[in-house]
Amino acid sequence: MKKMKFNTQMILFLVVVALWIFLAVSSEYFLTYSNIKNIMRQMAIQGVLAVGMVVIIITAGIDLSVGSVVALVNIMLSKMLANHFSIPLAILIVLIVSTSVGLINGIVIYDFGVPAFIATLAMMTIARGITLLISGGSNVFGLPRSVANFASSDFLGIPSLFWFLIITVVVTEIILRKTRFGKYIYALGSNPEAARLSGVNLRLVTYGVYALGGFLWGIGGVLETTRLWMGVPTTGTGYELDAIAAAVLGGASLFGAEGSALGAFFGALVMITIYNGAVLLNINPFWQRIIVGVILVVIVAIDQFRKKRSND
Amino acid sequence: MQNGYAIELKGISKYFPGVQALKNVDFNLKLGEVKALIGENGAGKSTLIKILTGAYSADEGEIYIFGQKIEKMTPIISEKLGISAVYQNLVLAPHLTVAENIFLSELPSKWNFVSKSMLFKKAKEVLKRLEYHEIINPNEKVKNLSVAHQGIVAIARAISKNAKIVIFDEPTAVLTSKETEELFRIISELKKSNVSIVYISHRLEEIFKICDKAYVLKDGEFVIEKDIKDTNEDELISYMVGRKLKRDFYISKEKGKEILRVENLKNEKLRNCNLSLFEGEIVGLYGLVGSGRTELARAIFGADKIDNGKIYISGKLEYVSNTLKAINNKLALIPEDRRNQGLALKLSVKENINLPVYRKISKFGFINSKIEKETALEYVRKLDIKTPDIYKTVQNLSGGNQQKVVIAKWLASEAKIFIMDEPTNGVDVGAKEEIYSIMNELAKNGAAILFISSYMPELMGICDRILVMNSGRIVANISREEYDEEKILAYAIKTANFEGVDSK
Repeated sequence: MKKMKFNTQMILFLVVVALWIFLAVSSEYFLTYSNIKNIMRQMAIQGVLAVGMVVIIITAGIDLSVGSVVALVNIMLSKMLANHFSIPLAILIVLIVSTSVGLINGIVIYDFGVPAFIATLAMMTIARGITLLISGGSNVFGLPRSVANFASSDFLGIPSLFWFLIITVVVTEIILRKTRFGKYIYALGSNPEAARLSGVNLRLVTYGVYALGGFLWGIGGVLETTRLWMGVPTTGTGYELDAIAAAVLGGASLFGAEGSALGAFFGALVMITIYNGAVLLNINPFWQRIIVGVILVVIVAIDQFRKKRSND
Repeated sequence: MQNGYAIELKGISKYFPGVQALKNVDFNLKLGEVKALIGENGAGKSTLIKILTGAYSADEGEIYIFGQKIEKMTPIISEKLGISAVYQNLVLAPHLTVAENIFLSELPSKWNFVSKSMLFKKAKEVLKRLEYHEIINPNEKVKNLSVAHQGIVAIARAISKNAKIVIFDEPTAVLTSKETEELFRIISELKKSNVSIVYISHRLEEIFKICDKAYVLKDGEFVIEKDIKDTNEDELISYMVGRKLKRDFYISKEKGKEILRVENLKNEKLRNCNLSLFEGEIVGLYGLVGSGRTELARAIFGADKIDNGKIYISGKLEYVSNTLKAINNKLALIPEDRRNQGLALKLSVKENINLPVYRKISKFGFINSKIEKETALEYVRKLDIKTPDIYKTVQNLSGGNQQKVVIAKWLASEAKIFIMDEPTNGVDVGAKEEIYSIMNELAKNGAAILFISSYMPELMGICDRILVMNSGRIVANISREEYDEEKILAYAIKTANFEGVDSK
């Protein structure tokens, strides 16, 4: 079992290396400082979302509302900034909103017994609907220049956006490995009844993971706003798929109790490399989605195979 | 058909890891005969039935059905031969109608479309044979029926396939007395039309009403077969008992203060249960499946709701309304179903052992990894858990070692009151003896243990006294000097109107 898991991550690592070598050879622009920084900026948002998703997947849950919450945060933040709100206050407000959305997901799932898939599917359409209502369906302009400047700024030679991802990965990994909450997350994913009989408060853990997810969707939405420098009500479509794909690619099992923030980071790296490479190689961008879809199927098939093996 | 036997089993043996479920068993059933199959929990009755219906295959032995030798019995062949079974825990599809349930395996159809009218008509016919056509509507969904009527549907399904051999596995467990009478009438009808019947029940008085013969199994071995006319309940019970542990594990311990007192505990499955545990005591809890043993354990531990009743810990009234409060009161539950309730199988030995203690060994939510590791190592060593290292996931361990991990986590939580529900289930002999030693060690150090088991020899071999449950009540409290297997079994089986006893 342990060996098999190791192998899956080894394969992932080899895939990254192979992709990078292939792209470095095919395009001389690929390994340049500016393209690597570009990859980092692209990856920042997706990585943060993948890390949030992996935490939820470890509990054997799922959250499909990711993209819609990113859009909701993007529109709310843009509206406020266009109306000259103080930037820290506006960010605080949207983070409270997104965390609350996550908390509501947790309540609906735990207390009302709605399966996570259905509960968050509902939240996905509700949040999108609210986004469209607030924006009237049109883009929001007039954000301060400083917002866009932040997206292109560097700190210690690394894009500021990427620092958010680094902090998210490190903090989440510490939560998962070093805290009580982290252990309870894995225990819930492995066997909720055994966890309950060991005195774990399943309600709080469920609330906690979905609220943490919501908080990270909020961070993703804020980063998205700096990159877009406007509010786009249709943004974030399909982000949930990318986040799930990255989490699973990084070793998370949809059956719960397996996965790590670092794994999700590498999963996101593989996907961003494919997107970036496709652009550099002038591949029709529509192909990107197909490739991602195929990869997702292959990974889940591997996941199933792994589960079967471990049951034998 | 030539020799007049519906079933002949010759020299059947079945081995499961750690237990020989059947040892060289012969079993015959004549055409039109009603034979009771009796024995204690774990005597091998279910295994024998599962071999007949093809759910298990025998390791050794021959099966003849109507004189024809069956090389490899499968559920499909079994059904084709006209063998059909009614189980205690009804296997019905609740969202389908009565008619659909009766004919689930062979829905009447035209060009692959189910014909509703034909289905209704045929279901009505079957129910008419049971004289229930006026009472149960074939178009009603099964989930809307009473449990007793669901039982009738299960019987209807069994006889609908023109069954020639019907096996009833504890059929009256869910039936009311009225339905039980109906069932007996149905059985005698079936018998008249030359259907052969195997009847399993713990309710011995039923056997005397409807069976021709009683066949007794013990420890997977055939004991005796008696004509019902020539025997009585007490004699049958005496044949069922008599198993012994290889050696006695009992040690004398110092009995201390009362540590747990349960008063009038009541919920859906429990009726006014009273019990006390003292420090240094190992108290057995015996009862048949469905007597409420597991429900009592879960209720005390706060895992299930209680409607009424008080729980005192060391003389102090406590509201153990959830498992966390139970743990804080030094209670521990080793659940019956280790894999589904006791362990997080995908997590490591270290994490499973520490699960109830993370609360204690963390500050501001951060775990003290050093203590975590030391705790795991300490109990792996103390209980001699065989694992390459503490980082191994528990799903890779053997049953006995998994059970030791469950015990280890409660030792780590410094529990003083252990409720152990079938702790030796599915573990091999060596591990069983180790678990007994651990229990003795715990009691010697002042812990109290409530030891639930269906295997009476182990209760008699280690417990200071034994409580017996029957139909949600504690009906007897038997001290070590008064141990008598027949008496204990009689308390568990007989459906007399017991008053709850004060079991201190």
